[in-house]
Amino acid sequence: MEFRGVAALSALTLALTACGSGTSSGGGGDLTIGLAISTLDNPYFVALKAGAEKAAAELGVELTVVDAQNDATNQVNQVQTFTTQGVKAIVINPVDSKQAAPAAKAAENAAVPLVAVDRSVDEGKVVSEVASDNVQGGTLAAIELGRAVSGQVVHLQGIPGASASRDRGRGFEQGLNSGGIEVVAGQPADFNRAKGLDVMTNLLQANPGVKGVFADNDEMALGAIKALGDRAGKDVQVVGFDGTPDGLTAIENGTMAATIAQQPEVLGRKAVEQAVKAARGETVQEVVDVEVKVVTKKNVAEFRK
Amino acid sequence: MSSTVGSRRVSVREALADNGALAGLLVLVVALSVSAPTFLSTQNLLNVGVQAAVVAVLAFGSTFVIVSGGIDLSVGSVAALSAMVGAWSSAEAGLPGPVALLLGLLTGVVAGLVNGALVSYGRLPAFIATLAMLSVARGLTLVVSQGSPTTTPDVVSFLGSDLTPYLPVPLLVMLVFFGITGFVLSRTYSGRAMYAIGGNEEAARLSGIDTRRQKLVVYALSGLFAAVAGMLLAGRLSSAGPQAAVGYELDAIAAVVIGGASLSGGVGRATGTLVGALVLAVLRNGLNQMQVSPFWQQVVIGAVIALAVLLDTLRRRTR
Repeated sequence: MEFRGVAALSALTLALTACGSGTSSGGGGDLTIGLAISTLDNPYFVALKAGAEKAAAELGVELTVVDAQNDATNQVNQVQTFTTQGVKAIVINPVDSKQAAPAAKAAENAAVPLVAVDRSVDEGKVVSEVASDNVQGGTLAAIELGRAVSGQVVHLQGIPGASASRDRGRGFEQGLNSGGIEVVAGQPADFNRAKGLDVMTNLLQANPGVKGVFADNDEMALGAIKALGDRAGKDVQVVGFDGTPDGLTAIENGTMAATIAQQPEVLGRKAVEQAVKAARGETVQEVVDVEVKVVTKKNVAEFRK
Repeated sequence: MSSTVGSRRVSVREALADNGALAGLLVLVVALSVSAPTFLSTQNLLNVGVQAAVVAVLAFGSTFVIVSGGIDLSVGSVAALSAMVGAWSSAEAGLPGPVALLLGLLTGVVAGLVNGALVSYGRLPAFIATLAMLSVARGLTLVVSQGSPTTTPDVVSFLGSDLTPYLPVPLLVMLVFFGITGFVLSRTYSGRAMYAIGGNEEAARLSGIDTRRQKLVVYALSGLFAAVAGMLLAGRLSSAGPQAAVGYELDAIAAVVIGGASLSGGVGRATGTLVGALVLAVLRNGLNQMQVSPFWQQVVIGAVIALAVLLDTLRRRTR
């Protein structure tokens, strides 16, 4: 009995190790780059990984990808493992900007250059930071909403305190003075579609004269559209952020006025380019801002790939 | 379960404590009517009912589990998985809507049966068995959905719609399941067995109750209710999401406990759970309308939950 249990457990461990180890790709070039990604549960990061792999293949370097499954501790361990495996540069997509410090320390101690992608590393040495400009995106959203409507608008915010919520909210406020819109309510719906529906329903009770909505991501925007029912796209215009497939469909259907699309493939590509430069001792760009783009019914087809 | 048959003398304090959740709900409603002028309208009260529905149905299922002395941490994940299986069966596998709905509900029952089997036959602590299911069901949801939201069939979307402008379907579903929960708890053999097992499992077993089989029933019911809640949530959005209902198990447990059930088992009622779910929904709705700062909202919700549990403890001490 006892032995069978142990045997079964070891078999399971072996199987898990096999699943968990990194996948390598690329042309087997002269150097290896490690990519520590926050999670692959989300299509956005899958696209980022695809961009990174493409760049590695073109530059003729080996790319090893590990997935931290949104666990910051796991990610620190993975970066430490990278340094012992002899990678020449590491691209980190932090699970959490604040909790990435030990990973940065490990890379610094091993003298391996570190590139941060999509999210920053708050403490520690990073040779290059490749990210979407969330503040600029928020400003573009405010301008787009001001173009579509005038009067009262509400702001559905992401998880309170998360960097994406802070930056997009800040940019949105900066862009407000350009149009004739006034924010009458700002409440969090945690980037979640169901919460977007409930919070929007509640805000409509308190502010029945709302003409527009800005949501910090498409999921909440889609929830707000549900809450608005037939009014979405007619009496009330909704602007989201991200450019997810469902968000693009809503734009095609006319229920969503606009979204701010990020370009995850470009993020992955630029990060690997910077990492390869750093590994070869060439000069790197300290900050790489990847452009965000306004998507409306006019240009939505370009984003359908 | 307070005994009204034996003694006629019921102290005022006991009466108040017994209806503590209801008294709390009334205080909240009065306070919000004063501070948020739009709170007390028919439409808004209907909104509160609709917003309470998902957590209420989850919490009804959890009431069975908690009354019988167990805990089910997996209900949020099981709700998401059931809704996703339903949506996937129709959108990807091309099955007719009603069949997809049934498959989704069956998924919930199967997950519940696995929980029940692990607890009663595998002798795992309920906390561990259902914690494992929390992870497995969420993972399977991601596997089935490949990480993206999936459109639900019309029959599921109907569950989230309005029959007439003043008759939202989620509200009706909540009331139906409220009735079923009350009936199961007070009028069926399994219901009485739940109180017996929660009160003293060994005594229940010695008095001839097949405790293992009854626990299987308890967790299967919890799984079924979770599946219904998942369908409601997906129906309201016309789409099942991989990250749907994350953390809802804690709302469900909070609703049951606010409603006066004891986490040590043997105590709990359907009415209490309904009131508990309404307290949470009223709070969230009111906090939005009053425009309370996002940072403070979680503090307020937590404080209300703590107060409710404190009331439960005080009540047991006075007995």
